[in-house]
Amino acid sequence: MSGTLLRLSYELVPGDLALAGEASSSVKKKLTQLGLKPEVIKKAAVSMYEAEMNAIIHAYGGTMKVTIDGEKIVIVVEDKGPGIKDLELAMQEGYSTASDNIREMGFGAGMGLPNMKKHADRLDIETEVGKGTCVKMVIYLQ
Amino acid sequence: MKVKDIASLLNAEIETDADLELDVMSACGADLMSDVMAFARDNVLLLTGLAHPQVIRTAEMMDIKVVVLVRGKKPDEMMRRLAREKKITLLSTKETMFAACGKLYSAGLTGGGGCD
Repeated sequence: MSGTLLRLSYELVPGDLALAGEASSSVKKKLTQLGLKPEVIKKAAVSMYEAEMNAIIHAYGGTMKVTIDGEKIVIVVEDKGPGIKDLELAMQEGYSTASDNIREMGFGAGMGLPNMKKHADRLDIETEVGKGTCVKMVIYLQ
Repeated sequence: MKVKDIASLLNAEIETDADLELDVMSACGADLMSDVMAFARDNVLLLTGLAHPQVIRTAEMMDIKVVVLVRGKKPDEMMRRLAREKKITLLSTKETMFAACGKLYSAGLTGGGGCD
């Protein structure tokens, strides 16, 4: 184990949906500055962007915490939203509860969680209806 | 194929100009941004009928440097601003998605880096 290189924390504010993704954009910039491999950066970028969009779309915001050490990137997106009723169903490609205005943005086709699973090396989701959801993703540097 | 040649082939308007000399190897046509993130590979050009700032955000995450809006869609000021900020070239063409993809493919943009 090596020490922590970087610890980042963001408030995900719902507000203007058009500009959502600022936190992921900022993290991607920092990962690039650290000189990480492009394929590692892309895996992290897609996973966290989908998670950020989910928190903003479905849960009216939350927090995103990113920790990077010598071997991995850990992304934790936590919200106090409605929670996911049926996680198994939500993990299926094509299943979505998003509204039409979300679909007009090119999201809400039921690909968010499957995309996170595809790009992150580890994905753990804890969710409770009425309380919120915590998505933890790990991307290994090697 | 250079971005300036793509623009001329599609009779496209240049909405934001980051690098018209950039060489693009392949393309991906999609209106669904989650699909772009699931399937697009490296160094692609993205053709889409979706004129929304989140298209630029998706391009940023995927290291896509060129976006072409098809079917006469025009970017709003926010989309243009974000594209300039992220150094992404944004083009718009009146061609349909099918015709735009066909023209680029016929002209030799057949590299295997686009959608699976």
